[in-house]
Amino acid sequence: MTAPLPAPIGAPVPHRRTWRLVHGRGRYVGDVTVPRLLHAAFVRSPHGHARIDAIDVGAAAATPGVVAVFTGADIATVCRPWRGVHGLFPSLNAPLQHALAIDTARWSGEPVALVVATSRAIAEDAAALVVIDWTPLPAVADPETARDGAARIHPDLGTNVCLVQSHESGDVDAAFAGAAVVAEETFRFGRHTGVPIEARGLIADFDPTERRLTVHHSHQCPHQMQNDFAVLLGLAEHRVRVIAPDVGGGFGIKQQLYGDEIAVCAAAMLLGRPVAWTADRLESFTADIHAREHVVQGRVALSAAGDILAFDVDDLHAIGPYSQFPRSSAGEGRAVVAQTGAPYRFGAIRARATAVFQNKGMSGHYRGVGQPIACAVTEVLLDKAARGAGLDPIAVRRRNLVRAADLPWRAPTGVTYPRLAFEECFAALDAHLDLEALRRDCADARANGRLRGLGLACFVEMTSRGSGFYGTGGVAVSSRDGCTLRLEPTGGIRCLSSITEQGQGAETGVLQVIAAAVGVPLDAVDLLTGDTATSFHGGGTWGSRCMAIGGEAAWRAGRALRAEILDIAARLLQADAGALDIRDGVVVDAATGGGRMTLAEIGAVGHFRPHEVPGAQPQLVASASYGSEAPFRPGCGLQLAVVEIDPDSGAVRLERFVVVHECGLVVNPLLVDEQIRGGVVQGLGAALFEELLYDSEGQLLNGSLADYLVPTAPEICDIELVHAHATPAGGDDLGIAGVGEAGTTGASAAVLCAVNDALSARGASIAQIPCTPERILTALGVI
Amino acid sequence: MPMIPITCTINGETVEATVSTRDTLADLLRDTLGLTATHVGCEHGVCGACTILFDGRTARACLVLAAQADGAEIETLEGATASGRIAALQKAFHDHAALQCGFCTPGMLLAAAEFLEDHPAPSRAEIREALSGNLCRCTGYQAIVDAVAAVAKGTEP
Ligand code: FES
Ligand code: FES
Repeated sequence: MTAPLPAPIGAPVPHRRTWRLVHGRGRYVGDVTVPRLLHAAFVRSPHGHARIDAIDVGAAAATPGVVAVFTGADIATVCRPWRGVHGLFPSLNAPLQHALAIDTARWSGEPVALVVATSRAIAEDAAALVVIDWTPLPAVADPETARDGAARIHPDLGTNVCLVQSHESGDVDAAFAGAAVVAEETFRFGRHTGVPIEARGLIADFDPTERRLTVHHSHQCPHQMQNDFAVLLGLAEHRVRVIAPDVGGGFGIKQQLYGDEIAVCAAAMLLGRPVAWTADRLESFTADIHAREHVVQGRVALSAAGDILAFDVDDLHAIGPYSQFPRSSAGEGRAVVAQTGAPYRFGAIRARATAVFQNKGMSGHYRGVGQPIACAVTEVLLDKAARGAGLDPIAVRRRNLVRAADLPWRAPTGVTYPRLAFEECFAALDAHLDLEALRRDCADARANGRLRGLGLACFVEMTSRGSGFYGTGGVAVSSRDGCTLRLEPTGGIRCLSSITEQGQGAETGVLQVIAAAVGVPLDAVDLLTGDTATSFHGGGTWGSRCMAIGGEAAWRAGRALRAEILDIAARLLQADAGALDIRDGVVVDAATGGGRMTLAEIGAVGHFRPHEVPGAQPQLVASASYGSEAPFRPGCGLQLAVVEIDPDSGAVRLERFVVVHECGLVVNPLLVDEQIRGGVVQGLGAALFEELLYDSEGQLLNGSLADYLVPTAPEICDIELVHAHATPAGGDDLGIAGVGEAGTTGASAAVLCAVNDALSARGASIAQIPCTPERILTALGVI
Repeated sequence: MPMIPITCTINGETVEATVSTRDTLADLLRDTLGLTATHVGCEHGVCGACTILFDGRTARACLVLAAQADGAEIETLEGATASGRIAALQKAFHDHAALQCGFCTPGMLLAAAEFLEDHPAPSRAEIREALSGNLCRCTGYQAIVDAVAAVAKGTEP
């Protein structure tokens, strides 16, 4: 769409639900109460890999207050196992996974038994009394051992390899042979996780008389869970209702099916009583989805003039013992293969991603899903190659960027980018700061013996996927969203939307879109999300899509409701609907702006005196659903970090951080900005602090917030945000791209480049995150 | 589990309760009294989501036993809201998008309010340092700093 869109689209209005939340009126899963509620606690495997020889639940079951103890076999009587397959990756080995381990536990923290009692405390006490005879089996922890070693995690597979994805295009060998400079590096990325401050949890309530399951679930995708619960628990999907109330952060962690969660539903079915469970923080660290344990061998070939000729990447990543369900664990490797070199023009690539099983926690989707890996590998290699060629690394980037004239850009990775706006992004960066002065300042500092450096990363974020990925792959995940609008008798509008909120602000964006589409004040619209019984079956939150997809559905529903209101008004006023308009909630004469009818009058006639409307049955309701036909919508941008390293302690201090971003139509800059900043801080955490440390037996060593370090306010500097604006895509939609993963995608790369710029003063470098003080001091040769 | 009778003042009301020796103050507030604005994010004293006022100073409700509340004066976000004493901070948090999911927010608000009482004109660095005991995983902290700074400067009503 090219015509300017009406207000309040584009207005920086605060996120509506936060007014309730600042007053302590949030209602998270842990705040929900239901009569006769029971509480669950899990017995989890203390071993990375062990056979279960016997389980004695006698003492636990005899504990006063305990209602039931369930083993894996008990739960399996009502809950089918699953495989995390994906039809686009037919060679993906996806072992059968049960809600609770039955004969073998394959990660430390895997749920093995479930105690249900009248209180959580009693359930935990009793869980400690469950006696399990274990035979420890050889554990496989690190990715290389998993690939090359003899021990098998799933003996029947005959291999620990889950999936190999590869792609080759152009003459890679010739490009490297003819290159003026080849830079290569082995990168190591630390396994980390999302750490929503509200842990995962649910309350499952089953009514056996109607075989009706109602689940209050801290989840990003309630419709997906409705389908998963129905299929795996043998229930009619239209009698399964999943309600995601206030959700305390998600970041991809609350996006899959979890064995412990469906076991709680199964327990509710077996007991005919509601059962609640919330993960404690140790359970979160051991059993939440992890991500990004990668070892990447990367090479780039550069011509003498600085043209990028080719990339060659070989990625090995470890995903724990199973492929996550329902989306599979193909996504991270896929992003590395598909998005290496994404911002640039080049002719040839060889890329391979090997996913291996290991005896650590499950790994899959966390904000950015593999894109931060592709970005960091690309950007660090470019810096290294430019330095090797004696070229300016930023000039090399500017020289090779995909430009407007190249669009649509068919990358050698096989991905076609319809829209990228790097020229606008660089222009915005140059307008925002004096890059050369900043670099001189760093160089001067280094000349004076300080370790100060600047890193610049260009990134592409794939957002708002169409149904060609999960749908075509036979995965029951919706890429659409829907919106229903109802005009109430006194003129207010009620919206039922399938988008979901974990705080990102899409609800407020959708409200703005509806207000603009109908022509009413923002406050005239109320909205309900996160309830599968009331809204269209939609995707919810994943892959930066709520505004782009759900916003589009809202716009279309809003335009349809507006059309009906105008039609009713025209019939009542004996006027031409085309000569009327709705402004600020009033039907007006379009030419003069003079008020003709209020929406309250339309609502009252339509609901209570419909016979007065000549020739029409007032519906006063409009629905629309929308799914993008494009495979994805790209957002893009730059991230710039300036760091200073303390040569004695090895600590990296952030001095300045700038994000330039282009994401099409910005519905609400206030919310978009802090959403991007939040993503940046998660990327900074990955770059500097966060790593799940395991020993060789698969034991997690840092499962508390005191040991696993997430960024706190003092470690982070202000993050300068600059929006670049490029010509709209020109389709028939609003032209919104997602922003949720942008910050995370580029932040680690920018920091790693800056750290290496700083270390260059001593001829040192690092290709591993997090850049802990110990690793920095090792790189400097101090320890 | 042994039970202990306690009497304390919570949000200005006298509360008599019989608590289990194992219950934390967070359990008492949330499960017994339904004061669910006190959030529990870690139960080991790191995240700050459970921050409340205990005899006038911030404390972590997950690290205080309910039995220790005997004789104490406690305020939760519900109480601070009702009294209006943090209204400016609440409005500033909303206006600046200083929260997304809101799970950290009760603790942030009470910690920020205490800090501003002692430091009426803080620098941004001081605000960041003061909030170092409260984790937020959604925002980039910047909007939180902006909101606290706005209240300190009186640019927030
Ligand atoms: S719950 Fe008390 S500090 Fe985290
Ligand atoms: S707003 Fe979600 S943790 Fe702070």
